[in-house]
Amino acid sequence: MRRVVITGQGTINALGHDVPRTLEAMREGRCGIGELELRDVERLSVRIGGQVKGYDPDARFNRQQIALYDRFTQFTLVAAHEALDGAGLTFAGELATRSGVVLGTAGGGVNTWDENYRSVYEEGKNRVHPFVVPKLMNNAAASHVSMEWNLKGPSFSVATACASSNHAMGLAFQLIRGGVADVMVTGGSEAMLSFGGVKAWEGLRVMSKDACRPFSANRNGMVQGEGAAVFIFEEFEHARKRGAEILAEVVGFAMTSDAADIVMPSEQGAARTISGALKDARLNRDEVAYINAHGTGTAANDRVECAAVSDAFGHHANELMMSSTKSMHGHLIGGTGAVELLACIMALKDGVIAPTIGYEEPDPECALDVVPNVAREAKVDACLSNAFAFGGLNAVLALRRAP
Amino acid sequence: MSETVRDKVIGIIAEQAVLEPGDVTMEASLQDLGIDSLGLVESIFAIEEAFDIQVPFNANAPEDSEFDISSVAAIVAAVEGLLAEQKGD
Repeated sequence: MRRVVITGQGTINALGHDVPRTLEAMREGRCGIGELELRDVERLSVRIGGQVKGYDPDARFNRQQIALYDRFTQFTLVAAHEALDGAGLTFAGELATRSGVVLGTAGGGVNTWDENYRSVYEEGKNRVHPFVVPKLMNNAAASHVSMEWNLKGPSFSVATACASSNHAMGLAFQLIRGGVADVMVTGGSEAMLSFGGVKAWEGLRVMSKDACRPFSANRNGMVQGEGAAVFIFEEFEHARKRGAEILAEVVGFAMTSDAADIVMPSEQGAARTISGALKDARLNRDEVAYINAHGTGTAANDRVECAAVSDAFGHHANELMMSSTKSMHGHLIGGTGAVELLACIMALKDGVIAPTIGYEEPDPECALDVVPNVAREAKVDACLSNAFAFGGLNAVLALRRAP
Repeated sequence: MSETVRDKVIGIIAEQAVLEPGDVTMEASLQDLGIDSLGLVESIFAIEEAFDIQVPFNANAPEDSEFDISSVAAIVAAVEGLLAEQKGD
C-alpha cells in the first residue's frame, strides 16, 4: 500500500502570519481572538473574532492579482507559498500531471459577495467589477494555486461547512494512497469576517460575545476566525528518494454522515467516524495519545464530542489528551481543520501539545484531559484530528510520527 | 397592551408549533408544544421582528439567558419587560 507523508506546511491566521509564529503562540497558549475591526461593526451584537491583523495585501500581491483574489484566496496563496518553499518542490513534466490541489472552504469569496451586494443594493449601483464571479467562486483559491505552481492533476474545492478542510485533506490523502496522484497541495481557507458573514452567524444564537472556552462548564458559544493553512501531501517513496524532510505521516481517514439533524451533532455519528479513522489507519486505540478536538465551545458540540471520544476509545479515553485550539485562533469554519492540523504535527514532531485556553470550570460532561490553559510536553506516536460539521457531516484524520 | 402582547406571542408560538392559537396554553413549555432548539431560535427571531426589540438569548445557555423561556406565560412576561425597557411602553 502506498503511504502518504507531509513534506510542507504553511499558514496565516490570527495567531501568526506563518507556521513558526503560529506554533510559538500555541506553545505559549496565546489568544488571537480580539475586537473585530470591520465596516459597520457597531451594528453587530457579536464583536469579537480571530481576525488576521497587520496583514497588508499590497505587500504580498500586485494590483492585478488583488483584483482577482478574494481575501480567502490571498490567505490560501500566502500559506501555499510557505508550504511549497518548505517542501522544496517544483512541478514540471510528469510530476505536474501527477500533482493536484484540493482545498476546503465553506463560504469562498464571502467578502466579494458582501462588497458587491452593498454596491448594488445599498448604494444602488447598476454595475459591478468584471471579476466578481471569478473572485468569489469557491474553487478560486484551488485554481490559483494550481496555476501558480503548475499543478495539472486532480484539483477541486470541497465545501462541507466546518469539516471542509478535513474532507479536503482526507481526499488528498486517498488520491495519493490510491495511486491517482503523487503530490497534493491541500488544506483550506476561510475569510468570513465581514459584516454579512458575522451577521449571518449571529442569527443562529450560538456565538459567544466574550470568549471561546471549549469544554469549560461556563462556555457560551463559538467565536469565528479567519485564515488558511496549506500542506504538501506526498507519496512516501517519492519524498524519501528526494531526501525531503518528513513532518508526519497521514495514516487514515474516515468520513460519515449523521443523516439526522441540520445543526445538532450526533454522538453516534462522531464515534463512528473516530472508529472508522482508527480502523482505516490500522491504529490500536491505545496508540493514540492526542486528539485535536472539533471543540467549538458550544454547549452541544463539546458535550457530544467528549461522549463520542469516550464511546470510541473506552477506558483509553481517560489516558489520552484532547485539546481545542479554536480557543486561540477561533473557528475558521471551512479552514479550521487545516489550521488545527498544525497542532497535530507539532504534537507528533516536537512533542508539544497545544492547550485549550480559556478553560475556567470543569464540566462533568467533558471530563477528559483537555490540556487546560498550558501547553504540555509529551511523546505522541499517533493522533487524530476531528471535524464535525453542521449538516451532520463528519471527517476525522489519523496521523503518525514521521517514519 | 398586555392582551395584544399575549395574543401576538401566542400567535408566533402557535405558528411555530403548527397548532391553533387556542391550543397554546399559558402554562405550556415550548417543549410541551413540540418546539425544538431550532424552532426556539426561530420563535425568538419572530418575536424580535414582531415587537421590534432585541431579545438577549444565547442558545448555548438558555437557562442563563435573561430571557425566561420556561413557559408561554414566562415568555409573554419577558417580552412585556423588554418592551418597557427598550420602547418605554
